[in-house]
Amino acid sequence: MFTTLASQVSGKPLPLGEAVATALMGYGVVFLGILLLVCVVVIVSKIMAAGKRKAAEPTTPAPDRDAPLQKLISTAPKAPGSAGELKLYDTDPKTAAMLMAIVADKMGKPINELRFKSIREVK
Amino acid sequence: MDVLKTLEGLWQDSGFGNFFAEGGWKYIVMILVACVLLYLGIKKKFEPLLLVGIAFGCLLANLPGAGLYHPELWDEFLREGGEFYHSYGHILTHGGLLDILYIGVKSGVYPCLIFIGVGAMTDFGPLIANPKTFFLGAAAQFGVFFAFFGAILLGFTGNQAAAIGIIGGADGPTAILTSTLLAPELLGAIAIAAYSYMALIPMIQPPIMKLLTTEKERSVKMEQLREVSKTEKIVFPIVVAAFVILLLPSTAPLIGSLMFGNLLKETGVTERLSDTAQNALMNIVTLFLGISVGATTVASRFLNPQTLYIILLGLIAFCFSTVGGLLIGKLMYKLSGGKINPLIGSAGVSAVPMAARVSQMVGQKANPSNFLLMHAMGPNVAGVIGSAIAAGFLIKVFG
Repeated sequence: MFTTLASQVSGKPLPLGEAVATALMGYGVVFLGILLLVCVVVIVSKIMAAGKRKAAEPTTPAPDRDAPLQKLISTAPKAPGSAGELKLYDTDPKTAAMLMAIVADKMGKPINELRFKSIREVK
Repeated sequence: MDVLKTLEGLWQDSGFGNFFAEGGWKYIVMILVACVLLYLGIKKKFEPLLLVGIAFGCLLANLPGAGLYHPELWDEFLREGGEFYHSYGHILTHGGLLDILYIGVKSGVYPCLIFIGVGAMTDFGPLIANPKTFFLGAAAQFGVFFAFFGAILLGFTGNQAAAIGIIGGADGPTAILTSTLLAPELLGAIAIAAYSYMALIPMIQPPIMKLLTTEKERSVKMEQLREVSKTEKIVFPIVVAAFVILLLPSTAPLIGSLMFGNLLKETGVTERLSDTAQNALMNIVTLFLGISVGATTVASRFLNPQTLYIILLGLIAFCFSTVGGLLIGKLMYKLSGGKINPLIGSAGVSAVPMAARVSQMVGQKANPSNFLLMHAMGPNVAGVIGSAIAAGFLIKVFG
C-alpha cells in the first residue's frame, strides 16, 4: 500500500488469487454480454429482413389498363450509359456529378464504364 | 502601523509567499506540469478539447491561495459517518468555483451527458451490417483486465486497480465515471493518462499491429458492407439499451445515455435535439468536465509514485487492449478463410474514430487500394459498448 492518508484510499487490498479470478470473470462477462448481444442483433435483423421480404412479395395484381404502356416502357432500350438508377442520400445532384467525375478521374476510367449505385454523405 | 509587519503579512498571505513555504515546491512542479499539458494540447493537438481544459484546471488548482478547489472538502464528503458525508450542501456553501463544477463529475452527470453526445455522433451501421465485429470490441478489453491485475501486483487496492484498468477501454467518459465511483483520489491521474494515450494511439498502435500481423494479412481487402435500413438503425439503440441494462444494470448510466443519443440521431424526427447533443451540449459539458477534472490534480495529492504507476499501467492497458483485438482479428481471419483483415481488431479499443483511422492507415500502407475505415468502425463502436460492459462489471464488483 502506498503512503497516503487512509481517507484518500478507496477499497481494500485484493489477494492475488482473487484478482486473477476477478480479471478472468470480468473478461468472460464482457464476451458473454457481447455474444448475447450479437445473437439479439442477428435475430432482430433477420426478423426485419423477413418482414421486408414479405412486404415486397407481389400481391395479386388488379387489372391495369396502363399495362400495355408499362410493358412498352420496360422493354424499351436504355439510353447509352444508363446502367441503373443512382440513389442520392443527403447529396445534391451537382455534388454527386462532381464526385462521380473525381472517382472516374482517380480510377482512370471513362465515367460511362462505371456504375454508381448510391451516394451518401458520411457524417 | 508597522509597515514591515504589514508587508510581511501581505507576502505570507500571497500565493508567491506560499511557494517558499514548506512543500511549496510541489505547486511549482504542478504549474510546470500544467504548462507541459497545455503545450501538448495546443501545440501538439493531443485531444485539445479536453486536455486544454484539464491543463488549465490543473494550473488554477495549483495556484496557492486561489481557493478554487478544496480537496479537504471532498475528503469530508467521502468520510463515512462524518458530519458532511455526501453533503453537496456543504460543498456549495464552502466550496470554490471548481468545487461546484466538480459536483457534475462527482455525481456522474458529465460523463453521461458526454455519452449522449457521443451516441448522437455515432453511426452503428457498420456494426449492424457485420455483427461479428462485436467480438473485436470485446476482445480489445483485454488490456483493462491485464492492467487491473498489474495494478494489484503494484499494491493498489481492488477499487483503485479497477479504476486504473479501465484506462485500457480508451474511453474518456467511462474512465472518468469509473474512477469517480471507485477511486476518486486517482481521478486526475487517470483522466490525464486516458486522454493522453488516446491522443497517442497513432503512435502506440502501428508498431504492435505490424508486429502481430503479416504483410499478407494486412493486405486483405474486405467485402463491401450491406446497406442497413433506417428501421434497423432505429431499433438498434432501443434493443441494445434494454438488453444490456437488463443483463448488467450497473451499465445503465453509460449505455442508457449512449443509446439515447444514438436514437435521437437515427429517428429523423428529433434533429434539433440530436444537433444540440452533438454540438452545444457536448461542448458545454466538455468545458466543465475538463476544467473540473484538471482541478483534482492538486500538488499534495498528485505528486506521488502512484501517479507514475498509473501512467505506466495506462500504457500497458492500451498496448494489451490492442493485442487482444488483433489476436481475435487474426482468429477471425483464419476462420473466415482470409476474408477478414485482422487490422480492424485494433480498432476495438474504442477511441472513436481515431483507432479506426489507424487501422485504415496501416491497411492502406500494406495495400494502397485497401479501404478499411468503414469495416474498422464496427469494432470501434463495439469497443464503446464493450468498455461500458467492462466498467459496469467492475463497478458492480467493487462499487
